Amino acid sequence: MTGVHFCGIELAHPIVNASGTFDAIAARRAFGDELLERFPFAGFVSKTVTVRPRQGNPPPRLWELAGGMLNSIGLPNKGLAGYLEHDLPALAELPVPLIVNVMGFTRDEVATLVAAFAERPEVAALELNVSCPNVETGMIMGADPRETAALLARVRPLTDKPLVVKLTPNASDVPAVARAAEEAGADAVSLINTIRGMALEPATGEPALGGVTGGVSGPAVRAVALAQVHSVRAASSIPIVGMGGVQCGRDALDLMRAGADIVAVGTESFRDPAAGSRVASELAELLLEAAPASR
Amino acid sequence: MSGGRVLAPFGRRAVPVLARTGYGPYVVLRCADPLGPCPRAGQFYMLAAADRWGGGEAERPFLPRAFSVLRAQADASELEFLIHDVGPGTQRLCELDAGDGLMLLGPLGVPFAPPRDGRRPLLVGGGVGIAPLVILHDELGTAAVLLGFRDADHADAAVLLPGCRVATDDGGSGHHGLVSDLLLDELRLDPHLEVYACGPPAMLEVVRLICAERGVPAQLALEAGMACGYGACFGCVVRTRDGYVRLCVDGPVLDASRLESVVGVGASIG
Repeated sequence: MTGVHFCGIELAHPIVNASGTFDAIAARRAFGDELLERFPFAGFVSKTVTVRPRQGNPPPRLWELAGGMLNSIGLPNKGLAGYLEHDLPALAELPVPLIVNVMGFTRDEVATLVAAFAERPEVAALELNVSCPNVETGMIMGADPRETAALLARVRPLTDKPLVVKLTPNASDVPAVARAAEEAGADAVSLINTIRGMALEPATGEPALGGVTGGVSGPAVRAVALAQVHSVRAASSIPIVGMGGVQCGRDALDLMRAGADIVAVGTESFRDPAAGSRVASELAELLLEAAPASR
Repeated sequence: MSGGRVLAPFGRRAVPVLARTGYGPYVVLRCADPLGPCPRAGQFYMLAAADRWGGGEAERPFLPRAFSVLRAQADASELEFLIHDVGPGTQRLCELDAGDGLMLLGPLGVPFAPPRDGRRPLLVGGGVGIAPLVILHDELGTAAVLLGFRDADHADAAVLLPGCRVATDDGGSGHHGLVSDLLLDELRLDPHLEVYACGPPAMLEVVRLICAERGVPAQLALEAGMACGYGACFGCVVRTRDGYVRLCVDGPVLDASRLESVVGVGASIG
């Protein structure tokens, strides 16, 4: 398969992972170095890093749905210092470019994270998780175009590395947020994050998840992802990482036809850690079929 | 028994089911696994039916299900799993029969460790949780086994561990009472034991308390709902004295001393 360029990063193929759906360090414990030899993604997006360590939400954290799942994990991570000391050296051993996903509860926190990674040569790009509230304004950073623009204005001057804004689908006007991000200097957007959802325990009628609500993912959200990628493409001209319920090459091709430049596989990796490779090869075949015969 | 975790080949693989055998309400699926390594006792696999995985009750199952390996041939060409129908995934797996396809990922997780200080191993299981004790018994060669079941029908599975002592809640087979009663008997006879236990959380908590009070080391094989089995989803966390750990990569076998309680740990996705 021919490589692709994404924000100046060379990728061997258009399939990456969705943040928080593949822990390459844990996977290496389970599969050994075969993971590196058969790494399923052309770029690796690490799980969200916050300034301080987080334990994550109390269990239960998962609930199976028709065609998907609901999760309330709560962004457990070692915090910035722990990530730099333990995770970054291990992730630097991966055979693909590393994109670090960061989240802060204030613009200053996001700035701290962006500045910390700006000088690290192991990091190819940063993805900003804007699905959390700004505790200073009470607004979800990615739910309002002005909040998103203000965040980008704060962090854009801190790095030359590509900044990818991970859009939340839980916003009233996602294309307006994408346009605001672009105008404020974002290099790309990625979408969709999980859609807020809830399940009740049948026996008790109480919330099934320890975090009460959670995020819906899997094939159940694929049509939503397609529509949001399509509408963001119409509103913005920067590259799009499309994701949401991708299970096969056809799903990835659909997202690309709707406007995505590259595609992320998320929940499907839970069902098969090698799903990314399969999706990439199926997509390559489809692109070959779709290409004009003059090669 | 020696060594730690056996690594899994990367990616799930399709294997044929060779046989299905019923033991009371339980089903043992035997499958070929020519490409996989020989697992260690306590390790587990993520299983899904190759066909019709989905479309069951409420359009489930969607995610694969985690199962401790019940038995493995030394050359690893065959694996067996013990399954109890408690939800749409286990129901679908229980329907499988010889010739059907099974999707499998594994072996995963941390296995049981050898007994410490020349202690005598004692295996304590409850319900479908007897599964990892069967392969553990094969590895150890000899060990006393205590099993608890709801009733005589469920206790049919006790034939998987010949020579075991059985307790049933209703007295329909063996001792009328809890498997922990049998554990107390054994500890009175010989406290120089290392306990290996797997079963429902309430049983494991009693085992943990009994062992902790007497300073007897115990290794507990736990269960929690998990989506992936290899550390990706962060769904299967269990609270330990050092905070949450992922049962799939840091367990499923945990030393009892790491836990403050087993109450409320995990729930199968079914």
